[in-house]
Amino acid sequence: MPSASSSPPASTADAASASSGDSLLVAPDFGIYLHWPFCRAKCPYCDFNVHIRERVGGSHWSALLAAELAHFRARIGPIAVTSIYFGGGTPSLMAPAVVGALIEKVAATWPEAADIEVSLEANPNDWPNFEGYRAAGVTRLSLGVQSFDDHALRFLGRDHSAATAEEALERALALFPEVSCDLIYMLPGQTVSDWRTALQASLAKVGNQLSLYQLTIEPGTAFHREAEAGRIVPPDSDCAADLYVLSQELCDAAGLPGYEVSNHAAPSHRCRHNLTYWQGGNYVGVGPGAHGRLSENGYRIATRQYRNPETWSDAVRQYGHGTEVSETLDRTREIEEAFLFGLRTVDGISRERFRTLFSQEPETGCDSNSLAVLMRDELLECDAEGLRATAAGRPLLDAILGRLLVAR
Amino acid sequence: MDPRQIRNFSIIAHIDHGKSTLADRFLELTGALRPREMEAQVLDSMDLERERGITIKAHAVRLSYTPEGGEPHVLNLIDTPGHVDFSYEVTRALTACEGALLLVDASQGVEAQTVANAYLAVDQNLEIVPVVNKIDLPGAQPEETMRQIEDIVGLAADDTILASAKEGDGTRAILDAVVDRVPPPAGDPDAPFKALIFDSWYDAYRGVIVLIRVIDGAIRPKMKVRLMARGQDYEVEQVGVFSPKSEIMPELGAGEVGFVIAGIKTVSDAQIGDTLTESSHPTSEPCSGFAEIKPMVFAGLYPVEGHQYADLREALEKLRLNDASFFFEPETSAALGFGFRCGFLGLLHLEIIQERLEREFDMDLVTTAPGVLYRVTTTDGEVSEVDSPAKLPDAGQIEALEEPVITAMILTPADHVGGILQLCQDKRGVQKGLEYLASNRVMITYELPFNEVVLDFYDKLKTLSRGYASLDYHVTGYWTSPLVKLDLLVNEEPVDALSVIAHKDSAYSRGRALAVKLRKLIPRQMFEVAIQATVGGRIIARETVKAMRKNVLAKCYGGDISRKRKLLEKQKEGKRRMKRVGRVEIPQEAFLAVLTVDSE
Repeated sequence: MPSASSSPPASTADAASASSGDSLLVAPDFGIYLHWPFCRAKCPYCDFNVHIRERVGGSHWSALLAAELAHFRARIGPIAVTSIYFGGGTPSLMAPAVVGALIEKVAATWPEAADIEVSLEANPNDWPNFEGYRAAGVTRLSLGVQSFDDHALRFLGRDHSAATAEEALERALALFPEVSCDLIYMLPGQTVSDWRTALQASLAKVGNQLSLYQLTIEPGTAFHREAEAGRIVPPDSDCAADLYVLSQELCDAAGLPGYEVSNHAAPSHRCRHNLTYWQGGNYVGVGPGAHGRLSENGYRIATRQYRNPETWSDAVRQYGHGTEVSETLDRTREIEEAFLFGLRTVDGISRERFRTLFSQEPETGCDSNSLAVLMRDELLECDAEGLRATAAGRPLLDAILGRLLVAR
Repeated sequence: MDPRQIRNFSIIAHIDHGKSTLADRFLELTGALRPREMEAQVLDSMDLERERGITIKAHAVRLSYTPEGGEPHVLNLIDTPGHVDFSYEVTRALTACEGALLLVDASQGVEAQTVANAYLAVDQNLEIVPVVNKIDLPGAQPEETMRQIEDIVGLAADDTILASAKEGDGTRAILDAVVDRVPPPAGDPDAPFKALIFDSWYDAYRGVIVLIRVIDGAIRPKMKVRLMARGQDYEVEQVGVFSPKSEIMPELGAGEVGFVIAGIKTVSDAQIGDTLTESSHPTSEPCSGFAEIKPMVFAGLYPVEGHQYADLREALEKLRLNDASFFFEPETSAALGFGFRCGFLGLLHLEIIQERLEREFDMDLVTTAPGVLYRVTTTDGEVSEVDSPAKLPDAGQIEALEEPVITAMILTPADHVGGILQLCQDKRGVQKGLEYLASNRVMITYELPFNEVVLDFYDKLKTLSRGYASLDYHVTGYWTSPLVKLDLLVNEEPVDALSVIAHKDSAYSRGRALAVKLRKLIPRQMFEVAIQATVGGRIIARETVKAMRKNVLAKCYGGDISRKRKLLEKQKEGKRRMKRVGRVEIPQEAFLAVLTVDSE
C-alpha cells in the first residue's frame, strides 16, 4: 500500500465531467456506510478489512470519518439519507458517544428520511454499550452471535460464550426496534441433523431478522492455512446444498423467509440498508476499505477508500478523504452490477427500475440464449415485476451469473 | 574450390547429449563468430528449438579450420533434426555428408535413436567418428560408454574422442579427426551440375531458401536450374553459404554446401531429397532416395472461439509455407464446429505446430486425439485412406480395415526387459528380435500398430524403464485388424471429436475408462450430465456427472462486489478453455483424454 503522501488519493475530478444527468438516476434509497476496522482479535475465518491495534483513539477516528462524510457531501449534494450502517471490524468497540456524534454528523450533513434505519454491528461481549447505542439513535442492532454452542464458538475463535450471546440478544431485543443475528453454519463435520437441532434452537431465540452464513475458507485466513495443511476438511458442495435447503425450510416455517442468499426476515422487517446495495441504490462508504456507489453528474461512480487504517487516516488528514479508487462505471459494468447484486434477492431485478436506469428490459442485459435455457430449467423466472432467480436457482447463482454475463 | 580441402559432416546425437553445445564450440574455435556474437546454441534458431533443446530444421554452417601445421580446410557442419518424427530429413542430411560425429553422453550411454541414426550413417557409407561427451560430469562413465559404442554400434573404442563440449575440452581433437578421417567429397567438377536439396525454408523477403550439397558441377547466379521432382525451372538469383551469417558467393562447386535463392514460391516446390540440376544440361542420374513426405499422424485443430476460424486458416497457411510435411484441410465437427484436419509427421511435429499456433499466432485451440491413417476396403471393393474416425464408413460397409504398423527398436537396460515386453504385447505387438548386448543392455525389436504408439506407448515406456529405455521406429507397412469405432455421447449427443478407432478387444475397457475419465474432467453443471460410450450403437458404459447444487458466495458485504467481479473474470477466463457441446461445457483437456486413458 503506497503511503498517502507519496501517492495522492484518487482525485474527484476524473469521475465525470460530461453532461449533467437528469434526475432519473436518483435512487429511491440512499445509505451511509461507516467502516470501523478494528477488532480485539482476528477470527480465523474472517478475511474482511480488519486490524488489531493496541489503542484506538475513538474521537480521533470519528473526526476522520466525519471529514470523509463532509467530502462526499460536497461530491454528491443533498440527498435524503434512508439508512446509516456501522460495519466492521467491531463497531461495538466504539463508545456510544462516538456513535452518537457520527449519527449527528450525518444528520447535519444530509437531510434524513423520517423513517431512517440506523444499524450497528455488535459483538455480544459489548452488551453494556447497548443502552447507549439506542439512546444515540441506533434502531437496528446486528449481533455477531455466530453460534449458540460453546464448542462451535471455540472452533470459530470467538471471544464470547453462548451464555453471553443469549444475554446480549435478550437485552438487544428489549432495546432495539430491529435486532438481527448472524449465525455461521456448515462447520467441518456438521451434519444435517446437527444443523437442524442448532438452527431450530436458534430460531426460538432470535428476533425478526437473521443472517445465515455458510462457513467458507478464504485465502489469507487462519482456517485457510489449516485447510491447506489438511487439519480441517470443509464439507463438500452437496453437503452445502443440503444444509442450505434445510435452512430455507426451517426459516420459512419459523416465519423468517429468506429475502437474499444469506438473509432472512419476517415480512416488512428486511434490512433497508442492505436492500439499498442489492437494488442498485446509492451509498457512501467512509472509513478504511469502505466501498461506495454514487451518482455524480449522471454517471455511476464506484469508490473505495484506502484499506490500511494508517494510510487512510494520513490521506484523510492531508486531503480530506481517503479515496484510493474512484471510477466511472461504463454501461456494461453497470448492467453487470445490476445483475450481480439484484439476483441475490428474492425479488430479483426490478423491471421498472432497470428500465428507468438503462432504458431497456432486464432480459436484454444478458445473454439471451443462456437466459432462455436457465428459464426452461426453472432456475430463473421473468414477469412484469422483473427478472429473478427461483428458489432452486438462488443457491446456484454464481454459476447462473457466469452463464448470463460471460456468454455475451 | 578444391574439393580436397572440403569436409562435409553432421552430428548424430540423442536429445540433450550436447550437440548444440559442441556446435557452439566449433563456431568459437574456428572464429566464425566473435564471442560477443555468440548467442548460446546458435544453431537452434527457432525459440521453440532452443527451449526444447531439439533441432527441428536442418541447418548448415561453413567453418574455416586449419589443423596445427596443416592446410586450411572448409568444414561444412550439417545439422540434423533430433527426433524420430523427422527421420526422413535425417537421411537426406546424412546423404549430403561424407562423415558423421557420433556424439554420446558419457553419463547416459547409447540411446535407440543414436543407434538408428548411426545405422543410417553406416548404410550411407559415412565415416563415423565416435565422440564421448560430458566427461566432466560426476556421473560420467567414459569407458563404459566407449564399450557400448563398440558393442552396439560396432565402432572401435580406440577411435573414440573424449570431450566436454561444455568445458571446450576435445574440440580441436574432434575437428582434427574430421579433417583426417572424413574423406573429402568425391564429385566431378566437369560433369553437369547436380545437387541434393536437404532443407528449405520460406523467407518473407527472399522467397524460398534452399540448402544444397553440390554433387557434380557448379551453380552460379543467372544459371537456369531445374527441380527434378516437378520438372520446374528457375533462374538462380543468389548462391552463398552460412558461416553462420549468410555470405553471397560467386558460385558453389562440387562438394560444397550452401544456399540457393531462385524465386521459388513455396517449400513444397523445393522438397527435401529432390535433385537440383541445370535446365540445359540436366544430370542423367537424380539423387536416389527421394520420397514425398507424407503425414503420418492426424488430429483436428479447432478454434475455441468460432470467429477465430479465419485467423486459424491464415496461421496454418503461414506455417505450411515453411513446412511441406504439414497438411491441413477444413473439417466440420458437430461438437467443435469449424476447424481443420491436420496431418503431421509424428506427435512431436503435432506439438510443435500446436505450440507455434498458440504462441506465435495467439490462437486458443482445441486439439482432438491424434490418430493414424487407416486403409479401408469397402464391400464394393474400393480402397480408401481414412484419417479421422468421423470418415470411417458404417461397420456394415467395411470389408477390411488395415492399420499402419511400425517397426520399433527399443534399447533398454536389462532390468526393464520384462515390463517392456509386457507393454509391447499389451499394445498388440509382434516380437521381431531380442538381443542382449554388452553392458547389460538389451535391444528389443517389435512390430507394433502405429495407433497404439501414438496413443501413449512412449510415455509408458519411459515410466516403465524409469526413463532409461529409448525408442526409435519407422512405419513399415499395414496389417488387417478387427478395429471398431468407439463413440462417446454427452447428454445423448454424440461428441464426434471424442470418437476413436480401437481394437475390438480393447474397445470395451477403453470405452469404460474413457467414460470414467470424462466424468472426472467435466465439471458439475447446473443439470445432470450423462456420459455414454457406444460401439456400433450399443451402449457399453455409462457415467453420470451429478448436477451442481450449490454455487454462490455467502456474503456480499458492505456493498463490496469486488469478489463477485473477480469470480466473473475467472469465469470469463475459464470459458476460453471450455467448449460447449449442446448445453454442456467441456474443458479442452477432455478432448485429449482419449490419449491418456488406460484400457485396464
